[in-house]
Amino acid sequence: MLCTKGIPTAEDLATRIPPEERRKKGPVVMIECFQKIPCNPCYTACKHGAIQKFEDINDLPSVNFDNCNGCGLCISKCPGLAIFVIDETYSETQATVSLPFEFFPLPREGEEVDLLDRSGTKVGRGKVLKVRNGKYEDRTPVITVIVPKELSMVVRNIKVGGDVS
Amino acid sequence: MKKTEIAVIGGGPAGLMASLAAAEMGARVTLIDRNSRLGGQLVKQTHMFFGSEKEYASIRGIDIGKILSAEVLKNPRIETMLDSTVIGYYPDDGVLGVEVEEKTFVKIKPEKVIVATGASEKFLPFENNDLPGIYGAGAVQTLMNEHGVIPGDNVLMVGAGNIGLIVSYQLMQAGVNVKAIIDAAPNIGGYWVHASKVARLGVPIMTSYTVKAAYANELTGALERAVIWQVDNKWQPIPGTEKVLKVDVICISVGLSPLAEILWQAGCKMKYVPQLGGHVALRNENMETTVPGVYVAGDVAGVEEASSAMIEGRLAGLNAAKSLGYDNGTFNEKRREALEQLESLRSGPVGEKIRQGLAQLVS
Amino acid sequence: MRIVKHPILSFERGREVEFTFDGRKMKGYEGEPIAAALHDNGVRVLSYSKHLHRARGFYCAIGNCSSCLMTVNGEPNVRVCTEKLREGMVVETQKGRGDIK
Repeated sequence: MLCTKGIPTAEDLATRIPPEERRKKGPVVMIECFQKIPCNPCYTACKHGAIQKFEDINDLPSVNFDNCNGCGLCISKCPGLAIFVIDETYSETQATVSLPFEFFPLPREGEEVDLLDRSGTKVGRGKVLKVRNGKYEDRTPVITVIVPKELSMVVRNIKVGGDVS
Repeated sequence: MKKTEIAVIGGGPAGLMASLAAAEMGARVTLIDRNSRLGGQLVKQTHMFFGSEKEYASIRGIDIGKILSAEVLKNPRIETMLDSTVIGYYPDDGVLGVEVEEKTFVKIKPEKVIVATGASEKFLPFENNDLPGIYGAGAVQTLMNEHGVIPGDNVLMVGAGNIGLIVSYQLMQAGVNVKAIIDAAPNIGGYWVHASKVARLGVPIMTSYTVKAAYANELTGALERAVIWQVDNKWQPIPGTEKVLKVDVICISVGLSPLAEILWQAGCKMKYVPQLGGHVALRNENMETTVPGVYVAGDVAGVEEASSAMIEGRLAGLNAAKSLGYDNGTFNEKRREALEQLESLRSGPVGEKIRQGLAQLVS
Repeated sequence: MRIVKHPILSFERGREVEFTFDGRKMKGYEGEPIAAALHDNGVRVLSYSKHLHRARGFYCAIGNCSSCLMTVNGEPNVRVCTEKLREGMVVETQKGRGDIK
């Protein structure tokens, strides 16, 4: 699926999902990078020693989840826009997903948007909690959106406006 | 006749880096580009580059272009000739013929030449492939990202390599609908992260599909619809699998081929290497061709990523300067560093095709 | 159509100028390629081929492929994908090879 449609399968994702115990403790990074390509800015961006140094620039990123505090500074630095931060402790029933969003118009904080999965299919509606769009993000804004907890590993994009029904 | 130590032809990523590296060693450089600005195709690359910090990873191509152009323009050892097209190389005298602003013809005699002319887009045979509305992917990028005009409303992207995937994403950013990305190959050729970016926008990627025909609107004479069909594992189309797409733009992104005219004129020994996009010059590790003093760098030396083009440029610039006796004391270290960078960029699984191609080239 | 707002880019355009395409008045920005201005005005067909008289548009947009040759201010075979737009230019669809005066 990845190599024909660009959509990772459950087996692909299983190798990248942070362990459940770690997810229960607060926000944590999930790097959806499945192919060895010459690229390492995620390591350079991480200030907490969570993303490990690359022995070979073609290696897949390796994460020490215990060092990750979910700051999300790596999200806008990934040229592949493949980094997300998931917080499953947001509330009893809700999680948040932070994702890169390089489209116009940007959502406003508090605005309801369509929640899309990895194939761009609408899976629900959710409220935007935070929009980070400063000098650091440098035109790759990071949007944090509130999603039903069971969709924390499903929602990977949003559509501003979208269908209210 | 104008004289210079090193003439660099082409001010894209390879030519800019070549000029800077040669000047850094102490050589005098004349950088010649046919456009009114430097940067080559970097000026339309709105996405962040891969690689490491040394290759400007995580910075957008447009911004890398600005950084390098500014460094070149303020460097006192580099003279830049814009709106200047090299239209001939006369190997007997080692003279370049340059048309300046389409008005004057200038002869330049350099001691060394670095050819960094880039590549041009390939084409694809299908019925009515010459209709207005069928554009190269790079052309769409130029129109949209450099001049701010969208190519149309609905696009069929042909080719799921990095350029096809990136331009599809950029079309969506500009508010243009990409109906589908098709590729005759059974698998996506570009980086999967680029594919995932467009997939989550809802753009379908269809591998093992090619274009059967295109049709024009009878009134306007421009493209109105495309017919695509599936191919089997021997690349043969399967009748009955046709699908009609209403599109006013077909974007062709089936690869690039090196713009090597000057190298042919110079008498460089050339070889057809499909993995590198077409005819490329044999060269040694220093990027010097079989004609002494003529160097190559970037896509003209074999179509690859912009990050490798930049380092090839560095390498060619360093070596050309050194061959004239210039060395600020760091030549050996910088040359070794560039060689290591190139090797590491090409060493992974996605570099396999490039490695196969380059193995056929060493003179 | 022009891109008004873009998530990454901002466009610096020259002053607005008038030109004609086959006698029709059009507007564009000074210094942009003629082809970009024509495209914004909905013009896709730039010329007709010599033998089969087939419609031609641009293809590479960077001056390599010769698919976009038009007659500009009476001069045939101008690559409009790189030729810069100027005030009052007379741009015409080219049929075949064009007459060299």
